[in-house]
Amino acid sequence: MEAASLPGGDRGLLSRSPLARLPDRALRLGLTALAALILALIVYFFIRLVGEARPVFAKEGVFGFTFANDWNVSAEKFGALPLLLGTLITSALALLIGVPVAVAGAIYVTELCPQRVRTPLTVLVELLAAVPSVVYGLWGIFFLAPKLQGAEQWLADRLSFIPFIGGGLVTIPNYFITGLVLAIMILPIVSAISREVMTTVPSDQKEAALGLGATRWEMIRMAVLPYCRSGIVGGAMLGLGRAIGETIAVTILIGDAPRIGAHLFGQGYSLAAAIAVEFGEAQGLHRSALFAAGLVLFVLTLLVNGVARGMVLRAARPTKSRPGGSSSTGNVAMLASDAAAGG
Amino acid sequence: MSAHGQSPELLARFAVSPARKRRDRLARSSILAGTIVALIPLVLILFYLISKGIGSWSWSFFTSDPTGNTFFKNSNIGGIKSAIVGTAEMVALASLIAVPVGVGVAVWLVEYGKNSVFAHVVRFFVDVLTGVPSIVFGLFVYIVLVVGTGSTYAGWKGSVALSLLMLPVVIRSAEVILLLVPASLRESALALGAPRWRVIFSIVLPTALPGMVTGVLLAVARAAGETAPLLFTSGATLKTSTNLGQFMNSLPVQIYSDVTSPTVSVEHRAWGAALTLVAMILLLNLIARLVSRRSRLA
Repeated sequence: MEAASLPGGDRGLLSRSPLARLPDRALRLGLTALAALILALIVYFFIRLVGEARPVFAKEGVFGFTFANDWNVSAEKFGALPLLLGTLITSALALLIGVPVAVAGAIYVTELCPQRVRTPLTVLVELLAAVPSVVYGLWGIFFLAPKLQGAEQWLADRLSFIPFIGGGLVTIPNYFITGLVLAIMILPIVSAISREVMTTVPSDQKEAALGLGATRWEMIRMAVLPYCRSGIVGGAMLGLGRAIGETIAVTILIGDAPRIGAHLFGQGYSLAAAIAVEFGEAQGLHRSALFAAGLVLFVLTLLVNGVARGMVLRAARPTKSRPGGSSSTGNVAMLASDAAAGG
Repeated sequence: MSAHGQSPELLARFAVSPARKRRDRLARSSILAGTIVALIPLVLILFYLISKGIGSWSWSFFTSDPTGNTFFKNSNIGGIKSAIVGTAEMVALASLIAVPVGVGVAVWLVEYGKNSVFAHVVRFFVDVLTGVPSIVFGLFVYIVLVVGTGSTYAGWKGSVALSLLMLPVVIRSAEVILLLVPASLRESALALGAPRWRVIFSIVLPTALPGMVTGVLLAVARAAGETAPLLFTSGATLKTSTNLGQFMNSLPVQIYSDVTSPTVSVEHRAWGAALTLVAMILLLNLIARLVSRRSRLA
């Protein structure tokens, strides 16, 4: 069509007029700009966040803000250690409880369960990701925490010889219950990634183990788990990232007391919870301190996620060369568990 | 040695010892136990959600605003109409922002960026975006759109925060699906003389459409359940508002304020609202699954 209007010549007949090439260039340029926009957005975001946090860093110092144990709004003292510790304690608990369960589920689904129940089981665990975090908070504070208070008190009494773990009076909102609910919330993503990595174990390795006379468990322990170790650790780290950034469920469950809890079953605070609770009324330096808390949270999740992605990618590399099919459905599964993020 | 001539002693040497058998059985049953433990919370949550939430569902629960009196035990505390309308509006606007941008970036990654250094940088930043806590997105939108413009909260600012959350999910899922479009389709269109943009719009995108719908629906489901980014972007209000330029209520924020309220009577409304929200999100997930089963690519 447009080629007919061009002067003759071998290539000229086939090439497009500059006008016809215009939409192509425009599209390419537009899409590249869009991709660059994502980058610019994050960089701009980071700069603005640092800018907003500067006043409090100027007053307390970066180190002083992050690690001083003094969060006193009325005295304008902002040391975020109680917040940071609350975040770390609850996330660590979530990993401790959630990862073994998630990995057990993944092993069962990939290696042990009958073919028929495989898909239903996978879908059920993924349903946990569809529950919004505010609903976890609601369920945790009105159902789980009151139901478990007695059991927690029993545990606290038994463990009273360990400092910080037990001994005190169990309150309904506390670190432990927060960690427990976070463990449920990170189950889907840790389990989805572990499952994904376990399906990449070459079946000849598993068959070789079985052929040499290994029992099922010995096969899992010697052929499956070592092969997936970094993938599972990566999945756990991604779960950790989720737990650290989780806001609303933690706000509801941790008790929002601006100090380091006396023990594991006492009330505390977390970085995200402090922002959610206090930001609405914050002014001046207080507001700046909350932006700084957001910055600490941002950097923390960035570090954890960076390490995690690296580990998952390294573990999942063999999948890359595999043609389509199963890996793509796995990615959709991962996306489903992505729905669990945030607050 | 032949299989027939084996003595029982020889066979016994290859048998699994009782200790190993026991360890195997123990490990397998603890794995099964772990799997069952993983399913318990889901059952408990759904059961309590339904048994507590269904009681507060009524016609007036969906058609009245939560403006009622919460002080007296027997007075009508009102329903969640404004929250449902607000969530629907804000999520719709957020999708209008996130889907075109997200699909655009994914198309760039697959069709133009490929394995270039810049494409890898973009992928890395999309991953960063995935990991950012949702409350931090709320802070960002607050800095830029609330403080930056010197105005107050508004529904559309909540939408922007939600769209930031949706972006990485949309980009990642669309990229995965676009990669599955067979190269032969593209090549034959190009060989027939179609320009790149027509290949993208008439061949690549239509082929990938059903798969991308799945990713978009999952992103929408994720955005609909978010509370944290809305707390100080869209604010919270009680009255139904259709104007995205004003304060806007939403289901998650309504549940949050009901849970943290000192009044006991609003607890039932929180359960009812939570059941509504979970039903909406599960429906979206279900549709997403059905669509992805229909898709030839995924």
